[in-house]
Amino acid sequence: MSPTTPGADLPDHPDFLWRTPEPKRSYDVVIVGGGGHGLATAHYLAKNHGITDVAVLEKGWLAGGNMARNTTIIRSNYLWDESAGIYEHALKLWEGLDEELDYPILFSQRGVLNLAHSLQDVRDSVRRVEANRLNGVDAEWLDAEQVKEVCPIVNISPDVRYPVLGGTYQPRAGIAKHDYVAWGFARSADAAGIDIIQNCEVTGLDVVGGRVVGVQTNLGPIAAGKVALCSAGHTSVLAAMAGIDLPVQSHPLQALVSELLEPVHPTVVMSNAVHVYVSQAHKGELVMGAGIDAYNSYTQRGAFHIIEDQMAAALELFPVFARAHVLRTWGGIVDVSPDASPIVGLSPVDNLYLNCGWGTGGFKATPGVGWVYAHTIAHDTPHPLNAPFSLDRFTTGALVDEHGAAAVAH
Amino acid sequence: MLLISCPWCGPRDEAEFHYGGQAHVAYPQDPSALTDEEWAKYLFFRDNPKGPFAERWTHSAGCRRWFNAVRDTSTNEILAVYRTGEARPATVEPRPTTPASPAATLEPRSANPARPAFEDEAPSGPNGGLGAEPPATSTATGLRLATGGRINRAEPLTFTFDGTEYQGFRGDTLASALLANGVIAAATSIKLGRPRGIFSAGVEEPNAVIQIEEPFPEPMLPATTVELYDGLVATSLPGQGRLATRPDPARYDAVHAHCDLLIVGAGPAGLAAAAAAASSGARVILADDRPELGGSLLGTGELPGWADELGARLESAPEVRVLRRTTVFGYYDDNHLLAVERRTNHLGAAAPANMSRERVHRIRARRVVLATGAHERSLAFADNDRPGIMLAASARTHLHRHGVLPGRHAVVFTTNDSAYAAALDLAAAGVRIAAIVDTRPAPGEWADRARAAGIEVLAGYAVTGTEGEARLTAVSVAPYGETAAQREFAADLLLVSGGWNPVAHLFSQAGGKLRYDEALGTFVPDVVRQAVEVAGSANGTFDLAAVLAQGAAAGARAIEAEGYTPDAPALPAVPAQPQGTPPMQVFTVPGREGAPRFVDLQRDVTVDDLARATGAGMRSVEHTKRYTTAGTANDQGKTSGVLASGVVADLLGVDICALGTTTFRPPYTPVSFAALAGRDRGVLSDPVRTTALHGWHVEHGALFENVGQWKRPWYYPQDGEDMDTAVLRECAATRESVGFMDASTLGKIDVQGPDAGVFLDLLYTNMMSTLKVGMIRYGVMCKPDGMVFDDGTVIRLAPDRFLVTTTTGNAATVLDWMEEWLQTEWPELKVHCTSVTEQWATVALVGPKSRDVLASLAPQLAVSNDDFPFMAWRETTVAGIEARVCRISFSGELAYEINVSPWEALALWEAVYEAGAPYGITPYGTETMHVLRAEKGYPIIGQDTDGTITPHDLGMSWAVSKKKPDFIGKRSFARADTVRPDRKHLVGLLPEDPGTFLPEGTQLVADSELPAPPVPMLGHVTSSYRSAALGRTFALALVKGGRDRIGERLYAPVGDRLVPVTVAGPVLYDPEGARRDG
Repeated sequence: MSPTTPGADLPDHPDFLWRTPEPKRSYDVVIVGGGGHGLATAHYLAKNHGITDVAVLEKGWLAGGNMARNTTIIRSNYLWDESAGIYEHALKLWEGLDEELDYPILFSQRGVLNLAHSLQDVRDSVRRVEANRLNGVDAEWLDAEQVKEVCPIVNISPDVRYPVLGGTYQPRAGIAKHDYVAWGFARSADAAGIDIIQNCEVTGLDVVGGRVVGVQTNLGPIAAGKVALCSAGHTSVLAAMAGIDLPVQSHPLQALVSELLEPVHPTVVMSNAVHVYVSQAHKGELVMGAGIDAYNSYTQRGAFHIIEDQMAAALELFPVFARAHVLRTWGGIVDVSPDASPIVGLSPVDNLYLNCGWGTGGFKATPGVGWVYAHTIAHDTPHPLNAPFSLDRFTTGALVDEHGAAAVAH
Repeated sequence: MLLISCPWCGPRDEAEFHYGGQAHVAYPQDPSALTDEEWAKYLFFRDNPKGPFAERWTHSAGCRRWFNAVRDTSTNEILAVYRTGEARPATVEPRPTTPASPAATLEPRSANPARPAFEDEAPSGPNGGLGAEPPATSTATGLRLATGGRINRAEPLTFTFDGTEYQGFRGDTLASALLANGVIAAATSIKLGRPRGIFSAGVEEPNAVIQIEEPFPEPMLPATTVELYDGLVATSLPGQGRLATRPDPARYDAVHAHCDLLIVGAGPAGLAAAAAAASSGARVILADDRPELGGSLLGTGELPGWADELGARLESAPEVRVLRRTTVFGYYDDNHLLAVERRTNHLGAAAPANMSRERVHRIRARRVVLATGAHERSLAFADNDRPGIMLAASARTHLHRHGVLPGRHAVVFTTNDSAYAAALDLAAAGVRIAAIVDTRPAPGEWADRARAAGIEVLAGYAVTGTEGEARLTAVSVAPYGETAAQREFAADLLLVSGGWNPVAHLFSQAGGKLRYDEALGTFVPDVVRQAVEVAGSANGTFDLAAVLAQGAAAGARAIEAEGYTPDAPALPAVPAQPQGTPPMQVFTVPGREGAPRFVDLQRDVTVDDLARATGAGMRSVEHTKRYTTAGTANDQGKTSGVLASGVVADLLGVDICALGTTTFRPPYTPVSFAALAGRDRGVLSDPVRTTALHGWHVEHGALFENVGQWKRPWYYPQDGEDMDTAVLRECAATRESVGFMDASTLGKIDVQGPDAGVFLDLLYTNMMSTLKVGMIRYGVMCKPDGMVFDDGTVIRLAPDRFLVTTTTGNAATVLDWMEEWLQTEWPELKVHCTSVTEQWATVALVGPKSRDVLASLAPQLAVSNDDFPFMAWRETTVAGIEARVCRISFSGELAYEINVSPWEALALWEAVYEAGAPYGITPYGTETMHVLRAEKGYPIIGQDTDGTITPHDLGMSWAVSKKKPDFIGKRSFARADTVRPDRKHLVGLLPEDPGTFLPEGTQLVADSELPAPPVPMLGHVTSSYRSAALGRTFALALVKGGRDRIGERLYAPVGDRLVPVTVAGPVLYDPEGARRDG
């Protein structure tokens, strides 16, 4: 037998992951949505707050929504203090998550480069780097040559349409293995006695006197002391069951992978200006995100011209990718808020909690949001890190505008 | 890509439109009367239903009109389109689902797939007929037959595989050429490092996925699909390919195609469909991924000559387009299908350089017939991965297509009839078939025929194990269900058939649902919403005569639905075949203890691995896939997917139909990045816009800045100057004498109509309707949230006509913004807006000597301050050229903007240059413009603002009307967050050391020592320059409560230092404005 291909062997999953229980008639807390956020929330409800009479209801297969569809980029180099706060909290948790979950989540801190292609990109990038440093987030500004040192396959030639003028670099950023993350949280929650109920679709929210008391499901009614929504692109549909309007819109977001390739790409590269984000995952496949389809949709598929645009942009930056092949494309449904920041906190209905609007940022926040959302549920009051992400900021105007010039869209 | 029917233009591709969100959200009558909650609802809250949704679109690349549509967000189906102002249609019905094959619902499919599928078709014999006379046993050398196959023995080709040189023929695949040379091991498995052999003859190949080295490196291609060419150099891979390190010299492109009927697959069903449609006048595209038409017929040798003959007729039919080597790989909404044509790959180094190597076809089809065939699947038996184990029908294909024997001594292992025909053909060609091992206890007439041909048939038996390292040497068998071998056969070839899976990838991508067919033991197409039918084995029909009839019927129905009259093609007679026997559903085969039973060869996933997954609690095939990685490799589970579902069903003790399959995602087979990128690279990745003066700038050594799509002169270095030196020189010349710049890129919009003034009053924060004809006013636009969005000057040309200027990057956005409000909110306003950006060239003439220069060129123009005051415009001739001259200033100096036809721009520019020569007139670029304006505290929208800044924050309350009852953004200025006293203000910033330069983006803090993070930040530097006029560095910054901090010391962290800076007012140069009038 010859030696195995590098990266071919990922660590085995444990011999046991989670039970498949029948739902009880009542729980202290019902979490709607068995994706990364729902499972992380369940884990921290048990771990940090000792709350284990919890059900996680998942309408399909566990972690089969955006958790299975994202490009696994983890970083915390956001501009605004509020964003840096919650994403850096998440990043610190990522750094200890293998141990915390006793699960090899394969967090590879290979760094992320955010490229600048115009003088305004440069200004915005420096602004973000400086803000990051003062917020305790590792960040550097690199000129084009330094970008090439970090990632030798980036084309920094001045001949391209929008040349690379430099980039920001966050060395602690990286990628993880999404299934391992979700399953690690699921196993932990299950071991704590939390019921993970798959193929259980919530069809109604029972609200009595302004307070939620349970959910209706395809498996029958389930009473609940508290109900926490964790359903990403479908949150509008669920919130409407309790008469709550949300300022989020659901859009398809596509991504793709190549075949397995020998290592060529040592980091994560993102470019807003030419709409690329790409890494080479553990097994050797290039993983790339495409743009958001403009229209609202729940179809989990987008249009192909978005992928074609993505490829053209990718080859501008990475000419060596020319004869790589797209092996598989897919789409998820992202819930986008007006300021590209999440809504995490209380809702107008008592004991019903909101966690939505993460847009394209949900995966990287997974442990962080699980932590603060569990706190919010346990104490019926937001954790300081998610307090700025309230629903009423849209009324006061105190937005956390990551759409603004210095923001990175993905 | 959606197909959207513009109410004015008709159906167009989605790419021509822009989305506008929810429809019927009226701008409030009186925003000032709303509570903050009500205003927030208008600003930010929109419906987001899963289901029918009334939404707005604009045909931005067409008629530019806005309209509404009702679209179902759960299917993307557009249910209605209607014009703006019309009410939402009361009820709209979604498209019903239709069966994948209408006939299939008329009569349930027989339990015996050998039966004809429906009554009105010609009766025929069963299943998988014997082919043409198999090629005669040869006296040729090696495994290549002397005759037969579709290779050209007159054209030998030399190729290299793993360092050894071999010969093959034109018409070979790399795999068939290797087989002919006795090479079957063509890969090493990814995790276990086991040798793996060529397993198939097509795109489903899981093992022989190779690396092309020459003529140009390309990773991970199935050797079974690589057409052989002279000079091909390839190597085997352990499941991971390599990218080239040098640039790909090839070209790639894309075309759009429209047709009445797209037929995918030119096998018997697809060809019959094409025959029915060919002469009807309907536009037909027939696409097939192989170099030759015929599909499965190429592999079975049946109906010899028919495909070639029909192909020739199709080629000559005027409305039929035959695309060979073209894989339809994606099926999207509204019958939008993507295909990639490999145009020169098969030519190797001889490929013409001027021809695109691969071409993407973006096909919009009114109807689609999917005749995509079926893939044979394997069985999970012990040691089922040795080189020499091959799918039965693939071995038959290598024989008939390439005249190659994949081995000499074979055992056949099957659960169904189809492998018998393969065995008989191979036996007739000289392969010794030791036995046919059939799990079925009574395999029927096909077994009788095999026995009659002298082949032993072991009914009710299964393979329990195999031997051999580099190649299979022996196969052991026992009655099905037993694990201990009872007999052993020496063999170098084991042909396997575990049944057939319809290729349902495109059907699934189209939104079609599959159902499990118990009789066939596989998943078949069921119902679908799009205008598509499935025919032939893709539809679970395996009897050749039925396949032909079904294809012809599908083709006929499709074009009839489009109003054409189909032909009744003469379909070839299919020879009678033995009576068929139903297949047996087998996935996991008991066998030798401890031997691996591979399910996914490419991922090295075994039955035991799947058992571990189910043992861990996994109950869904999506989870077992992720737990084991089965189905995630290059072949995306083409041969293993249904097998994996079956094994998991066995393990869980549930029915396979309860598990289903994992999702089929595009592309059907891998597509190169370069093909998808096409020509949209380099300068074609985004249009380059240049002004009429661009050539002059280039000649005079300008460096350029990308501003939006425009190339703008950045600065004009002389004699090796760096930017700082050049800009200081340009600034000084301009402030001290005169400079000029090309300002043509500013957006210009001609706004006309009796309500133009009313309209601009609503768009701008300040009053425009009171502007006098002949005068100019600066204005600011906000979004409804009150944040600054654009700025520029407005010129009143006539009582009913204004010329609006915008920032360079925002010109199109502002025009779209105007149209959106005019068409969707204020259609009663009589206003028309037209972009005239490229109809005018603009030369800014700036500096104390600008009046002298202008006067010398415009003798008819009275240029004195009284005759031609600030913020006035005049029509005149400048250097003999008709011009509109505006007296405006973005520098604080006396300045003019001279606007002329772009055809005259160069003449004007050169005249100005010449007339200014006595004053040392100096061309300057955007950098100097930025310095000059910053010295005056004029903000650049997008640089000194970031979407969170109001006009008040900029210190521009003077530009916010208090008289107007409303304008866009006004209500938001009263929200809690916008009235905070500590909002960020635009201020000036002076480093205490006048030589210290603050990088743009630097943050500002209060204290001289940094506390531990997070450090409270007060703002940041938005603009920073070295000023010739001030003799020092300076900056603009957004600072919390900045106007209340003027004179305060703040600190700017730069590198490891904290630079002390003093907050100043934003206007640092000529604060009294004395220089403006010259």
